[in-house]
Amino acid sequence: MRELKYIINDPMGLHARPAGLLVKAAAGFQSDIQIGTAAKMVNARRIMGVMGLVLKQGQEFIMTFDGADEAEAHAAFEVFLKENL
Amino acid sequence: MEIYSGKGVFPGISFGTLYLMQKADVSVDKSAAPDSDFEWEMFEQAKKQADNELSGLFEKTRIGMGEAEAMIIDVQRMILEDGDFNEAVEEYIKRDKKRAACAVESAGSDFYEFFAGLDDPTMKARATDVADVSGRIVGILLGKNDETHLNVPSVIVADDLTPSETLQLDKTLIRAFVIRRGSASSHTAILARSLNIPSIVQANIPLDASLNGKAVVVDGREGKIYIDPDAETTKNMCSLQEKDLAEKQCLDVMRGQPSVTKDGHSIQLFANIGSDGDLEATLAADAEGIGLFRSEFLYLGRDDFPDETVQFEAYRRVAEGMDGRLVTIRTMDIGADKKVDYFNLEPEENPALGYRAIRICFSEPDMFKTQLRAIYRASAYGMIAIMFPMISSLWEVRRCKELAAAARAELVENGVPTGEVLLGIMIETPAAAIISDTLAEEVDFFSIGTNDLTQYTLAIDRQNQRLEPFLDTHHPAVMRLLKTVADNAHAAGIWVGICGELAADESLLRDFMEMGFDELSVSPGYILGMRKKIRDMDLSDDKNGGKQ
Repeated sequence: MRELKYIINDPMGLHARPAGLLVKAAAGFQSDIQIGTAAKMVNARRIMGVMGLVLKQGQEFIMTFDGADEAEAHAAFEVFLKENL
Repeated sequence: MEIYSGKGVFPGISFGTLYLMQKADVSVDKSAAPDSDFEWEMFEQAKKQADNELSGLFEKTRIGMGEAEAMIIDVQRMILEDGDFNEAVEEYIKRDKKRAACAVESAGSDFYEFFAGLDDPTMKARATDVADVSGRIVGILLGKNDETHLNVPSVIVADDLTPSETLQLDKTLIRAFVIRRGSASSHTAILARSLNIPSIVQANIPLDASLNGKAVVVDGREGKIYIDPDAETTKNMCSLQEKDLAEKQCLDVMRGQPSVTKDGHSIQLFANIGSDGDLEATLAADAEGIGLFRSEFLYLGRDDFPDETVQFEAYRRVAEGMDGRLVTIRTMDIGADKKVDYFNLEPEENPALGYRAIRICFSEPDMFKTQLRAIYRASAYGMIAIMFPMISSLWEVRRCKELAAAARAELVENGVPTGEVLLGIMIETPAAAIISDTLAEEVDFFSIGTNDLTQYTLAIDRQNQRLEPFLDTHHPAVMRLLKTVADNAHAAGIWVGICGELAADESLLRDFMEMGFDELSVSPGYILGMRKKIRDMDLSDDKNGGKQ
């Protein structure tokens, strides 16, 4: 299992647009991908759950990757987050 | 002729044919389904059709309106595919034996409640999207065809409009929106602004089928709807429309221009806003800043005090949106006349003279500290000033400054970023106006609340219609106090503005310029008109052969 920590830069936080892109990106991998905080982790492939996290600028969150392609998923999301959030 | 009214959220005059958008009565069959697999199959098919419809709507919106608006439809398509949503429907069908339409309605309602309950305005908007998507699926399952087809320039009348309903309409044929619900920041209002068409929300118009097809004229500024207008109304509206158009063109030119007279006297034209939802209107009006950001909206319509985060988000959004222009936040100004049960305010004989605003803040230090902390945190994202209301004594000002400094120190100690914050007070009591020379030494600025100052100075309840003949908003006593406050402010080297209704009184504009006011804060819609008047002014010329 791999883990990724990230602090949101985008002033609008994890709003509908990046949430949608994130969910789409997560769907491209086999591994189980979770996103959230110590208080609550949700399946990154589910937009309702991801939007329901209500993550804001300045907040740190975690993503976990567990499965056959966890290495690729981890690398891909490192790039994705920097570019979109 | 029938006349209805509501709250105008976008000005303008429009003529059109009334188009009543009525939602067919959707009563789903709540009885147990004999065959759950069949119901699931029906759901899957309906979902496919919904996706096709949304896909078409996405393209149409992207081409017709733009990427941003089209995103709403894209998100709705993702909700359609969402695992949580589909699992909820599956459970209702397979576990609870609900029929497809009933299952979708229930799941939609569950998620609607969830998002509506989140303390975040953008997430609340997602609730509407969920309702929109599940409504679409239910409509397909029940065989209802709700597609609206406009044939003539139309004035849309509805109870409420979901995002996809509004986007689906042929925008070239929409002349105005009139809805029974909604608000200034609802989706309808936002769309009206993008389309530049008059819009009225919270209208008292009945959703009567007999109104369909009637001639109607809408006045978006006054919030009035005239059905089957008589000849005189039509004539008036026509000339108003022409005037409006001419004015709009004339005023558009004012955008980006400085508010300065021909002989070089300048003044800042700021906006008064009642919530962070007014930010867009403020930017559209090219306000040079916000002179009054009323914070009461954060405290109203709730069961308990708003926490620091909720407040911080609202202040920050506006501070960022104004991009470096000043945002003056007035601390909580509530009294027994407002409906806030959780404050536990005892009923009073004279709430205007009562336990309110800063007086409550001093008695509820935790509540006050929360607001101050939220404002100081937001100050890291823009230029913010704090304004304290209902001040009458020097000790009150000093206490406010102490509490503000303490709140700030706490944040700084914990490494939370804050910015520079100017501190000022509202001059709205005669006491404050009279001792304004002393108070000017303590603060960075004054803003005169002429509504309350006039009522307290003339001893007149401004809500009492009977007293109208006695209420002179240009009363010499008020004018003298204005001059005194302005002079005292300038003697102490601080700036002074007016945020009460009088600021927008164009007949006093020249007087205000001559008194040397630094800022006038008004409803956004007035700004461009005032700027034009200022730019046409020359203070050095003789006014009626008199003063110079």
